[in-house]
Amino acid sequence: MKIIVPIKQVPETSNVKMDEKTGTMIREGIESIINPLDLYAIEEAIRLKEQFCGDVTVISMGPGKAIEAIKEAIAMGCDNGILLSDRKFAGSDTWVTSYVLSQCIKKIGNFDLILCGERATDGDTAQVGPGIASFLDLPISTFTSEIVRVEKDSIQVKRLVEGGYELLDMKLPAVLTVVKEISNPRLPTLKGKLKAKEIKIPIWGPQIINAQDDCLGLNGSPTRVVKIFTQKISREGEKLIVKDEDGLNKAIDKIMNYLISKDII
Amino acid sequence: MAEVWTLAEQRHGILSEVSFELLNRGKKLAEKLNSPLSSVILGYCVKKEDINELILRGADKVYVVDDKHLENFLIEPYARILVSLLDEYNPHIFIAAATTLGRTLMPYIAIKKKTGLTADCTFLDIEENSNNLLQTRPAIGGNILATIKTPNTRPQMATVRPHSIKPALPNSNRKGEVIYKKYNNEIFKSRTKFIKFIKDESQQVTVQDAKIVVSAGRGIGKKEKFKMIGELADILGGAVGASRDVVDRGWKTYPHQIGLSGKTVSPLLYIANGISGSVQHIAGIQTSENIIAINKDPDAQIFKLADLSIVGDLHEIVPLLIERIKEYKAREAKR
Repeated sequence: MKIIVPIKQVPETSNVKMDEKTGTMIREGIESIINPLDLYAIEEAIRLKEQFCGDVTVISMGPGKAIEAIKEAIAMGCDNGILLSDRKFAGSDTWVTSYVLSQCIKKIGNFDLILCGERATDGDTAQVGPGIASFLDLPISTFTSEIVRVEKDSIQVKRLVEGGYELLDMKLPAVLTVVKEISNPRLPTLKGKLKAKEIKIPIWGPQIINAQDDCLGLNGSPTRVVKIFTQKISREGEKLIVKDEDGLNKAIDKIMNYLISKDII
Repeated sequence: MAEVWTLAEQRHGILSEVSFELLNRGKKLAEKLNSPLSSVILGYCVKKEDINELILRGADKVYVVDDKHLENFLIEPYARILVSLLDEYNPHIFIAAATTLGRTLMPYIAIKKKTGLTADCTFLDIEENSNNLLQTRPAIGGNILATIKTPNTRPQMATVRPHSIKPALPNSNRKGEVIYKKYNNEIFKSRTKFIKFIKDESQQVTVQDAKIVVSAGRGIGKKEKFKMIGELADILGGAVGASRDVVDRGWKTYPHQIGLSGKTVSPLLYIANGISGSVQHIAGIQTSENIIAINKDPDAQIFKLADLSIVGDLHEIVPLLIERIKEYKAREAKR
């Protein structure tokens, strides 16, 4: 089974700064990690490989240092990695990102499954997984919580939806985006770390993947950021401290009055 | 004239309320643009009452595609039909709910239409002069809001967070046009087969759909204590949520997880019990209309976001609160 896992390097904290002019993130000075939700896709891919043989290729679009994320995935047990990095990719929205990743997947060719994290914790759009499927004209199961069965040319999956799960049979090749429930990501092994240290990660630009220049970067992106602003987090609500039984009763009264005044009960 | 479109969502033959929320959003945009407002509904045995309900709540037109193959959501036929409809009618704006369906279907379509899509918007408006759709969404861990537009391509597409606006109210005098569309078999082809829906019994009310969410974090102490959280949720007619910490410990299952790494909710009331309020958690609840927080730690971050903060032991407060609500409801019932 040949599996491709697109991953993203994201900032470690949520306290990132934005470039007011371009509306994009300033990445300098912030520790970067693999998007936590991608770890579940990586884990599931490695498990499938262990069960059915084959190999796992991780791909990532980003700056040069995103190679660290690819190496970490290899340390966990993935076999190969490709970094998509070029000045022309900068400022890409989800349409362009999906385009670049799908062009890369076309170039790799001959795969059975694409496994993606549900969404990245920074952009939080969850649009790139379905975007890749659309560019490749493949069926997709989003919010996949379990791979129930794998057959030669089909797969049965469970997807988490409002109020329960859907059970789907899908022809391969297919795209899955996965939720946390699907697996428990393993830690990198020593052997894996050594492999990651030695492996050379190829860096691909627009020519190698046959990407059209006018479909790249900010210029190729259909969306534009108009403005960014911060939201007032504080609601400055009322605070009550319960110290004794009297305080407890007062607190309960307060909650009851609140619920009644807001027409909640 | 170019229209504003909303996707009316149905599940297992039932039109979901989020469809009316979208009409409320769409109505405001259509008025500003002076354009007609339309809903699209895909399904099987689509009920006449449902179509009419969409009209009463604001749709000037309803496009209906009714076929056995559309009974359940399957990406390929749903996307092909919508792309075909968008090609034929060229609406200016097309919005859908940021549900599991909308968040799958809309990006798939936006790629095919080579147009922009903004995910999980909490606010929509029309830009003066240009008449572009301004789409505002939380980004970067929910700490920042970004306003995004799609200046050069059409339709301008957005998914809208459920419960971020009230549903449009019906007006019994409204009239509208219903357009039934037929397609040949080719368009319904699918490499995915729907086997069945498995109801999650532990989730009587879906966290995202719930008007009231009662959540607990590490302060709950142990798994068994979730029973009282469930009880409080039940008498309020709400759903049970959990912090990431508690889910990681296996005290509650992942579908209940609230925050950036779980579900984003915006209920009428959110009660946070023993939740410290990490950035991740706060980002998932900050659009809630009312927030009550109960926590032993007077410096807990969650209090910054709460409308009503109680510094105290949830194990004392919650059981007592359940009793008081029960008494209140019993009294009200007798009236």
